[in-house]
Amino acid sequence: MFDLKGYGPALAEGAVITIELAFLSLALALFLGLVGASAKLSGSRVASGIATAYTTLIRGVPDLVMMLLFYYGGQVAVNMLSDYLWETREIDFFFQFDPFISGVVTIGLIFGAYMTETFRGAFLAVDVGQIEAAKAYGFTRWHTFRRVMVPQMLRHALPGIGNNWQVLLKTTALVSIIGLTDMVRVAEEAAKAERMPFHFFIPVAAVYLILTAGSELFIKWLDRRANVGVVQGN
Amino acid sequence: MAETAPLICRDIHKTFDKLEVLKGISLETRKGDVVSLIGSSGSGKSTFLRCINLLETPTSGDIIVHGDPIRFTNNRKGERVPADNRQVELIRARLSMVFQGFNLWSHMTVLENIIEAPVHVLKIPKKEAIERAEAYLDKVGIYERKDYYPAQMSGGQQQRAAIARALAMEPEVMLFDEPTSALDPELVGEVLKVMQSLADEGRTMIVVTHEMAFARDVSSKVLFLHQGVIEEQGTPEKVFDHPESERMKQFLAPKF
Repeated sequence: MFDLKGYGPALAEGAVITIELAFLSLALALFLGLVGASAKLSGSRVASGIATAYTTLIRGVPDLVMMLLFYYGGQVAVNMLSDYLWETREIDFFFQFDPFISGVVTIGLIFGAYMTETFRGAFLAVDVGQIEAAKAYGFTRWHTFRRVMVPQMLRHALPGIGNNWQVLLKTTALVSIIGLTDMVRVAEEAAKAERMPFHFFIPVAAVYLILTAGSELFIKWLDRRANVGVVQGN
Repeated sequence: MAETAPLICRDIHKTFDKLEVLKGISLETRKGDVVSLIGSSGSGKSTFLRCINLLETPTSGDIIVHGDPIRFTNNRKGERVPADNRQVELIRARLSMVFQGFNLWSHMTVLENIIEAPVHVLKIPKKEAIERAEAYLDKVGIYERKDYYPAQMSGGQQQRAAIARALAMEPEVMLFDEPTSALDPELVGEVLKVMQSLADEGRTMIVVTHEMAFARDVSSKVLFLHQGVIEEQGTPEKVFDHPESERMKQFLAPKF
């Protein structure tokens, strides 16, 4: 069907990077979201203060600026730390800030902030009686969290998680800016060299569309599973 | 030697902000007692019940469960809090509660609801917990609903499932917080019948209720609360037939 002028394998590799990046960032974002939401609702002023500072900062700064800051700034910070450690303690410490890692960390941090808000709202939507019953039967706080709050919160959070995930998937395209050869980057190079923008960008758009449409189905299935035992009103 | 009292509450006070809801309530139970707490809304009866298993922390007063006094301390703000969360968890596991709104965990089936605490809190082997759960479900008459989710059952069935959940803990004392108040009138009977059978078996129960017939016929002791104090207490005969306080007489007076 489509002649990719020999760029096919590179585009496929780029697509794999996009998917890896998206899933690793999602894992980090979900983790940060759970921690952030728990911190905001913990009742501890310090914990909720830190979580609020995190969400305010991240949600208020453009994703692209964050990414550039982490990638370039991250390397400079490592260099400074490396110099300092060598001069003061003679410790040899250095690593190259790899674009893949900075991509995962940046996207994970950004969407962790959105997930924090999604989970916070979902936790608040859990009926107090459900938590009270857990307390009244001698559950520890951790057991209440794990067995009652999280499963019930997920019902309310899944639509929001699905939304965040779709935006996250598309945000991965930004990593091409910091030199990661994801599929957007490959397509850009190919399109420039061959002077055929439609030829390369349309397949890339199609891959994103397939991924997001597929995720939508998967989220719907998850939603049905999470809502088992809920009688839907018509 | 006298048997250890399953539950003693001494001079329980509870203040929310500046509002004193309980002004010194004491209660001593013997094994097999069925204590009914009656009184109008806002009299403090539910708050008192919730103080017993520490869903609310009493501002002052002692709670002693089977000879084991709950230890309190003061937090940094100077509020009274339980000193040892582990102790509270252990005590709660011995005082199971039945709620007005059932509060079955909606993401679990009836059977899962019933074995959850026995398996994870009492650490009973799962197989044994399931056998126990099935026996109690049979007892409350909803064995065939064991794989249903709470939302798929009527209120009466949910409340009976909640009672089975409470029974599966084989508790020292069962606490009932207006167990029939959220039910349609025609479903109240099935729940009261189950509770009556528990009373007949000699289980120790404390019941906050508006069902005067239940309080009169089933309890061994009735407490009438009014504005945070016990206005009248004693056997059902004494409280219902020969009340001393004016408030109790008014409470019992026909409303139509």
